[in-house]
Amino acid sequence: MTLVKLTVNGQEMAAEVEDRTLLVHLLRDHLGLTGTHVGCDTSQCGACTVILDAKAVKSCTILAAASDGASVRTVEGLADGEKLHIVQEAFRQHHGLQCGFCTPGMIMAAVNMIDRHAGKLDEATVRHELEGNLCRCTGYHNIVKAILAAAESYRASNLKAESIV
Amino acid sequence: MYETRYFRASSIVDAHDLFSKGEEPAFLAGGHTLIPTMKSRLVRADRLIDIRAIPETQGLRTADGTLFLGSSTTHATVAASPEVVSTFPVLAGLAGSIGDVQVRHMGTIGGSVANCDPAADYPAAVLGAGARIVTDRRTMDADDFFCGLYATALEEGEIILRFEFPIPAEAAYAKFRNPASRYALAAVFVTRSAGGDIRVAVTGAGNDGVFRWREAEDALAHDFDAQSLEGLQVDPADMMADMHASSAYRADLVSVLAQRAVRNMGCTLIY
Repeated sequence: MTLVKLTVNGQEMAAEVEDRTLLVHLLRDHLGLTGTHVGCDTSQCGACTVILDAKAVKSCTILAAASDGASVRTVEGLADGEKLHIVQEAFRQHHGLQCGFCTPGMIMAAVNMIDRHAGKLDEATVRHELEGNLCRCTGYHNIVKAILAAAESYRASNLKAESIV
Repeated sequence: MYETRYFRASSIVDAHDLFSKGEEPAFLAGGHTLIPTMKSRLVRADRLIDIRAIPETQGLRTADGTLFLGSSTTHATVAASPEVVSTFPVLAGLAGSIGDVQVRHMGTIGGSVANCDPAADYPAAVLGAGARIVTDRRTMDADDFFCGLYATALEEGEIILRFEFPIPAEAAYAKFRNPASRYALAAVFVTRSAGGDIRVAVTGAGNDGVFRWREAEDALAHDFDAQSLEGLQVDPADMMADMHASSAYRADLVSVLAQRAVRNMGCTLIY
């Protein structure tokens, strides 16, 4: 057993886990954050995507013990109370989900994608960077539309912030 | 996953010490092959020794026409590195074509090369560029390193610290992917050095893993033109056959991809 200490969605958390525990199981089973999903057993589907130290990763393929000391952001850390994050709002507006199973992973991949590209995204880049996230309902089209819309909101809010300064 | 114990090695000595105390120990880098295989219980390791915090496995720099890449460098870092993009853009393109974003954020060059999957990308770059592999105990030429499917010259407990890539005058990489797994069905890495040395390495196709296609190298040395490769083919008997592609199909792909690479020097072509 190993004591793993992490910052999760800005809060310091700790759990005593077996060394073979995967990060996704630490989040779900030990910290009760069940928004992060497990969709496959083969590191392909991306439903378990979280942001680990500013990088989108598959939390089913990382040992919890190896992420000791890291900072993790999960889908639970996005909304501000009742106010949805811009990516969540864009998925709602553009009907970027049907069954919703892949959605937490899609959203975390999108949040990280928008951050890494400073909101400057085109359709080809979004489709390329979504290769690690599988959706069996939507055909991806509305997901791509939602991410592009969220990227536009991100740029607009950054511009506004700059003009206030 | 069977039970295991996780250790983060802080130095080479620490890693050796941790390794020697295990019954079936394994080194862990990005873990994006090892952890899935452990999850499916294809591999058992009683201890995992994470080598990414060892300073000698880190870093990326160029000096005197050589690119030094620490074995813990992730694919995402190589793909986005201004230093790699400006000096060896085809290598950056290759790194950016591995797996998906999430995989590239974790997977490392050392892990990929040590694992030596017959369809992995990096072995083609290491062999095609004639890189040197520096471990905790020696330096090896790429030509002496690859020994077959999932087989390398690494000894028990040996750790890759870094790769030293002689930066070629020009290079190209052409890959035809399995559309489901995204691994190469066949891929060809071509380099030409300032002195005119030509190397052609093929991954994804060979029965014995990555290999140099000497006939193609000789033909290109005579005349560096894609036409020199017309009519040349690797022996289908040496190519893999599986549900995705027959050996004859793979042999044909190797020729086509080699020609496309030579026609598009400077480019990473992903099909």
